[in-house]
Amino acid sequence: MRRYLLRRSGFLLITLLFTSLVIFIVTQYLPGDVARVILGREAGEAAVQDLRAELGLDDPLPVQYFRWLGNFLQGDWGISYSTKSEIQPLVLSRLRNSLMLAMITLVISVPLAVTLGVIAGLNENKPVDNTISITSLSVVGLPEFITGLVLIQIFAFRLNLLPANSSIPPGSSFAEALPMLVLPALTATFVLLAYIARLTRAGVIEELKQTYVRTAELKGLPHHTVILKHVLRNALLPTITVVAISFGWLISGLIVIENVFNYPGLGRLLVFAIDRRDLPLIQAVTLVTVLAFALANLVADLLYAYFNPRIRYE
Amino acid sequence: MTSLDPILSIENLTVAYYLHGEWQDAVRDVSLQIHPGQVYGLVGESGSGKTTLAMAIMRYLGVTGVIRSGKIIFSGRDIAAVSQADMREIWGAQISLVPQNPHSALNPSIRVGEQVAEILRIHLGMGQVAARQYTLELLHQVRLPDPKRVAESYPHQISGGMQQRVLIAMALSTKPQLLILDEPTTSLDVTTQAAILDLIRELIHGTTVLYVTHNLGVVAQICDRVAVMYAGELVEDAPLEELFNRPLHVYTQGLLESVPRLGETKLNARLKAIPGQIPSLGARPQGCVFMPRCWLADESCKERPPLFEFQPEHRTRCHHWQELIDVQAGAPRPTGVDHATLPLQNIPSSVDETAPPVLTLQDLRVHYAISHTLGEFVQRKPARQVEAVDGVSLEIAAARTLGLVGESGSGKSSLARAVVGLVERTDGQVELLQASLPARLSQRDIETLRQLQMVFQDPEEALNPHQTVGSTLRRPLITLLGLSAGEADSRIDQLLQAVKLPPEYKDRMPARLSGGEKQRVAIARAFASNPDLLIADEAVSSLDVSIQASIINLLNELQAGLGTTLLFISHDLGVVTYLSDSIAVVYLGRLMQIGPAGGLLEPPYHPYTEALIADIPIADPGARRAPIRLESETPSPLQKPTGCPFHTRCHRKIGVICQTQAPPWQETADGKRIYCHIPIEQLQAAQPPILKI
Repeated sequence: MRRYLLRRSGFLLITLLFTSLVIFIVTQYLPGDVARVILGREAGEAAVQDLRAELGLDDPLPVQYFRWLGNFLQGDWGISYSTKSEIQPLVLSRLRNSLMLAMITLVISVPLAVTLGVIAGLNENKPVDNTISITSLSVVGLPEFITGLVLIQIFAFRLNLLPANSSIPPGSSFAEALPMLVLPALTATFVLLAYIARLTRAGVIEELKQTYVRTAELKGLPHHTVILKHVLRNALLPTITVVAISFGWLISGLIVIENVFNYPGLGRLLVFAIDRRDLPLIQAVTLVTVLAFALANLVADLLYAYFNPRIRYE
Repeated sequence: MTSLDPILSIENLTVAYYLHGEWQDAVRDVSLQIHPGQVYGLVGESGSGKTTLAMAIMRYLGVTGVIRSGKIIFSGRDIAAVSQADMREIWGAQISLVPQNPHSALNPSIRVGEQVAEILRIHLGMGQVAARQYTLELLHQVRLPDPKRVAESYPHQISGGMQQRVLIAMALSTKPQLLILDEPTTSLDVTTQAAILDLIRELIHGTTVLYVTHNLGVVAQICDRVAVMYAGELVEDAPLEELFNRPLHVYTQGLLESVPRLGETKLNARLKAIPGQIPSLGARPQGCVFMPRCWLADESCKERPPLFEFQPEHRTRCHHWQELIDVQAGAPRPTGVDHATLPLQNIPSSVDETAPPVLTLQDLRVHYAISHTLGEFVQRKPARQVEAVDGVSLEIAAARTLGLVGESGSGKSSLARAVVGLVERTDGQVELLQASLPARLSQRDIETLRQLQMVFQDPEEALNPHQTVGSTLRRPLITLLGLSAGEADSRIDQLLQAVKLPPEYKDRMPARLSGGEKQRVAIARAFASNPDLLIADEAVSSLDVSIQASIINLLNELQAGLGTTLLFISHDLGVVTYLSDSIAVVYLGRLMQIGPAGGLLEPPYHPYTEALIADIPIADPGARRAPIRLESETPSPLQKPTGCPFHTRCHRKIGVICQTQAPPWQETADGKRIYCHIPIEQLQAAQPPILKI
């Protein structure tokens, strides 16, 4: 297991290094001169040249890349062109918000989806299964801004239970933020629900066909032991991977939901940065996102290996 | 209940599956009784209903299966009517199952010890500690070395033989009243099978057993009473010796005759294949189920025969059992069916002894690289590799058959794949018709592809499911022979005729063919290009014995007619000795012995060959043999032993020399070559392991 962990972490480092290079190169080729963007259209050519030199934009690309990466690793993420403030605290506070939302969403959606998936799988093609499948699939078909607005209409305006606006103030504690997190998390849950439930259902159906299930039944074990101890352990393996990938999506892909609820997460920050051609901000948000994705995958791989001895003892 | 009462009494049991919108009987009106201490064999081919019957006894038929009528009286109680919930008290405690395919029967993600211990906790009321203790004891009883390590292992960490030992330990742990063994050795190698059969024989002492198998050899070794099933019916039921010596059902007789006996070869006996095929579930005859394939059938057979009792202990469901007794007493028998020979073209078979060999392998090596771990990569360790084929040299003369025998991991399939180019050889020479073959398939020309064809093990996977039989056969005719579409079409008819399939089959999809028919199509495809060399890799292994015999006959006929050279690869020594002219035995990628087929069963032989021969289960209850049980199991190809690769398991090991030095090739007077340190004279002195056939 330790060797496996080391190997996986090695892969993670290589992935990050590679993506940082990609991010760097791509942002280099975005249209527009950075110095010109900062100084504005009216600035004189000499001032632009001075700024280029000051920012090190005339150095060879490899030098720029390693300087950027080195600074990034040391916590110097640069100054945002558009807000003229330090990037790191901004991105980190947004990351914290996104993490909170992602966690709440997973806490709601994973147990719900897995339970539904297992029930559906155990009752393949029976009315229960059909009901669950049809319901979860029809929910996933709705766009997030529709479900989001419907939820706001019901819970915020009709029942007056939860706030419609989720723009949590900077620095608020988790307990303060919680009421504002529920509706966006529910909206994201609707997106994930069918996905995870269908996969779990397929896993359960697949495992029930395996011969070892017959062995376990014919040992005379109680049925629930057969399901909980023998079947689920193997059936939920694919679900683990999908949950991890969803986590990455929850961190940076909730652009629509964040907009609907006015939620200050990473997704909206990225859109903002792209709007303003704010290169250092784009780079920072993307790199943080990639890191979140990669870490989520690492955790998934480790969990997968933990539950699957065939991988662990390779 | 007295001790004379049967433990299990099945009365007129009918079991059906719901298929294609209707109930179809998989087991029809079966009655049998198993008495305490009896080892009862249940024999049949695929589709005979033997496994369905066994699962019906366990009341585990899945959602589509149902007991339509009849009783299953177990320990005085009819369990045909018991609820599934109540069956849980019987499962594992009173009736246990040892399944086929130990590999898939164990939960891959639970430690082996826990999988045994949970039975002890649930049925014997043991606590965690006691159950763990007793588990180790049970694992020890099934002769597992280092039970502690095995208990801590996950199933994939132990070998197939060890997994089956674990399953046997599980099944016996509660001392059940009835033990059902469902093909427990079928997926294992011969030497492992022999060891497992030894273990079963030793441990079941006193236990009542139902032994389900298709292998008459295994039945002869282990059972004392046998029921034969065919197409869902019990057709004959007799004490072991009685059944083998005086089969009273034409099917039983056919089954016994369709397996080549050791010592029989294509030169002295033609296999008596049962014509036709096992009817599918929906297409069973109303009268005698065997009638369409029976050479004794007449009008009376349209009526379902009752169970005739020849003797109180010997029952048969055949109208003509008295005629069978006459035939066995020497009365003339109508000429068997399946004797018509339809060679593709009337080329007289002639073997030119001086002709150069068709295939020559020179020091062939196939190594597979195992990818580095990061640690190994950093430490710059040399790449590990599996030496699947490790220096094999041999040749095959024109129009002859070389049989290649070996257990799993011997490298026999890698050898075949390297010759046809499906894997690239690592080193060595392959010459086909004196021309060196490039290692890569992409570098071989069309003519080479035409010369060299292959038939694979599993006919289910060898045919494209979306192509009709006709278009499957058309492709090699057009691409390899360069025929026009019209020429190809008439050739397809000839090919189908040659493999004894009706011409209308050319429009069929593979899904509508039986396994045997698919293999015929695969053979027709291989012969379509008139190849000079045909490689058959376990080409009959997945087929039922009655079908297997007709495919072997077919291969022999086609070879005789066309003068094709054959490389026949199999783990089945019986089949190989039957149809080969010479035989090569491989172990861990190395040739152990090679020579004319005729001399294989006589000493001198390589100790490994000796063990292989001794471990074949012989379909004759009277066969006495000198048991040779190899130590441990085939080592991992990653840790190949030094010196002689076989020394870790050899029962005739003579000393350190076997560990340190590669053995010399020794040649006997009759042209056998043996790779062994032991002098020929001493090997000559070995007792033939089978004293009576």
